[in-house]
Amino acid sequence: MKNEYDVIVVGAGPAGSMAARFAAEQGVSVLMLEKDRDVGYPVRCGEAISKAGVEEFIKSDDKWIAAKISKFSFNAPDGTEIIIEFGDAGYVLERRIFDYELARTAAEAGAEILTRAYVNGLLFDEDGTVCGVKYEFNGEQKELRSKIVIAADGVESRVGRWAGLKTHIDFRDMESAVQITAANIPVDQNTLYFYFGKDVAPNGYFWIFPKGNNKANIGLGVSGIIGKKKSAQSFLDDFMNKHYPNAPILTKIAGGVPCSITLDKISAPGIMLVGDAARQVNPLSGGGIASGMIGGSIAGRIAGEAIKMNKLNHILTYDKAWNDRLGKRHEIFNRIKEGIYNFSDDKFNSIAHSVLKVPIEKRTLGKVFTTALMNNPSLLLDIAKVFVI
Amino acid sequence: MEYRQAKTGKLLIEILPDRCDFCGCCVGVCPEDAIELKEAEIFIIDPRCTNCAKCVWSCPIEVIKFNREGVPVGK
Ligand SMILES: Cc1cc2nc3c(=O)[nH]c(=O)nc-3n(C[C@H](O)[C@H](O)[C@H](O)COP(=O)(O)OP(=O)(O)OC[C@H]3O[C@@H](n4cnc5c(N)ncnc54)[C@H](O)[C@@H]3O)c2cc1C
Ligand code: SF4
Ligand code: SF4
Repeated sequence: MKNEYDVIVVGAGPAGSMAARFAAEQGVSVLMLEKDRDVGYPVRCGEAISKAGVEEFIKSDDKWIAAKISKFSFNAPDGTEIIIEFGDAGYVLERRIFDYELARTAAEAGAEILTRAYVNGLLFDEDGTVCGVKYEFNGEQKELRSKIVIAADGVESRVGRWAGLKTHIDFRDMESAVQITAANIPVDQNTLYFYFGKDVAPNGYFWIFPKGNNKANIGLGVSGIIGKKKSAQSFLDDFMNKHYPNAPILTKIAGGVPCSITLDKISAPGIMLVGDAARQVNPLSGGGIASGMIGGSIAGRIAGEAIKMNKLNHILTYDKAWNDRLGKRHEIFNRIKEGIYNFSDDKFNSIAHSVLKVPIEKRTLGKVFTTALMNNPSLLLDIAKVFVI
Repeated sequence: MEYRQAKTGKLLIEILPDRCDFCGCCVGVCPEDAIELKEAEIFIIDPRCTNCAKCVWSCPIEVIKFNREGVPVGK
């Protein structure tokens, strides 16, 4: 380990690993600190991702693919099922291995990694620029200087706050989730299942994602507004008791998905925020693996450039680069989310009934949206923008 | 800074640390940065907590509770 680094990345999730890799690829010195013992564990995720989202960063590999996805199944509150076929659209990952492999690509690019290192503060120059981290390792309190700190510390992020950025997320936008892995779930192994309605997952959705051999990743998220009255845990228990009362539950874990638009500011002198820490999750789907990797890669690249040019305020161009790539799109997704999450059960049912009339070979996500539109014309403008941008 | 493990001392908010999954929802929604979360440890930082209850509503597995009797200070 060195006495000082060009870039310190806090957190070794997908966003942190990509930030570390893209910075290291430019020949600057990078250290990634992770509080947990193992990269990739514990897994708090539905593990679904599009093939394109993966392959922008790493070649598909069967060792971290649990299932290959070619169909979506949307289930309305009255039980109407809409199937949409996609071809080879995506994967359900084995994230424990996937995250580890991503970290490995960072290490191969030259980044150093230190686990069991809990970052608990920042170092500042006289002018308030962030210039390193304080961390706890082996029970000892330590300090380490760097030119740039990249905060990739996930939904529980606090590093950005210490730098004075406004990172707090409204409790209404936090999808508090419970996720289990269960056996003996006899669903189609190439289909992602989504369930809607106030009984199963108000203001969100319930998912069953296959993981091969009839194992499945099952869960739901609920907004803090709903959590006031009923927790994610009780919704999950109700669903499992009703549909799969005898399924053995192999793992169970809580998690949080920040389903909002990106923070107003994701960089400041000496610091950049990426992934869940920057609230870069797609607010409509709750997917944050691919978007976190994109955010991380942009930040890592810009940090590397800044060091090489010896022009540290170059990192402030990151906000715009992110907004142009995905941030603006997420604002539109967020408005659509707010529209859809307010649908009543009757509206979900009537949309499903109209989509059912479209023959399966003509059903596309676009077609489902158009049908949803006929039921709710005010969404038209926002959705039109999604397809235009 | 004085930490009191999983207690606020000031009434109302209590984390049941044995049942916590360390998922971070509560930390993400806390407006006061009053929750410290390590690998397998969680605290409420007493002097910062305003008992606003946002963490209670956001905990997916109901391990942050109102404790109307008050949580005794110290063990
Ligand atoms: C239940 C659930 C289901 C989901 N399903 C999907 C899905 O199907 N598809 C999808 O694309 N996304 C899904 N997501 C979202 C996705 O998991 C996240 O968006 C993604 O993991 C974000 O990556 P990240 O690198 O930003 O953060 P993380 O993967 O959370 O990594 C952050 C890392 O930082 C470490 N860390 C935190 N604080 C510190 C500190 N102070 N010091 C050192 N290290 C620290 C943490 O230990 C962690 O390893 C889901 C999320 C949940 C909770
Ligand atoms: S009650 Fe409010 S201030 Fe106190 S820890 Fe919970 S969210 Fe933070
Ligand atoms: S939200 Fe609940 S389970 Fe998650 S870290 Fe906070 S107390 Fe623990």
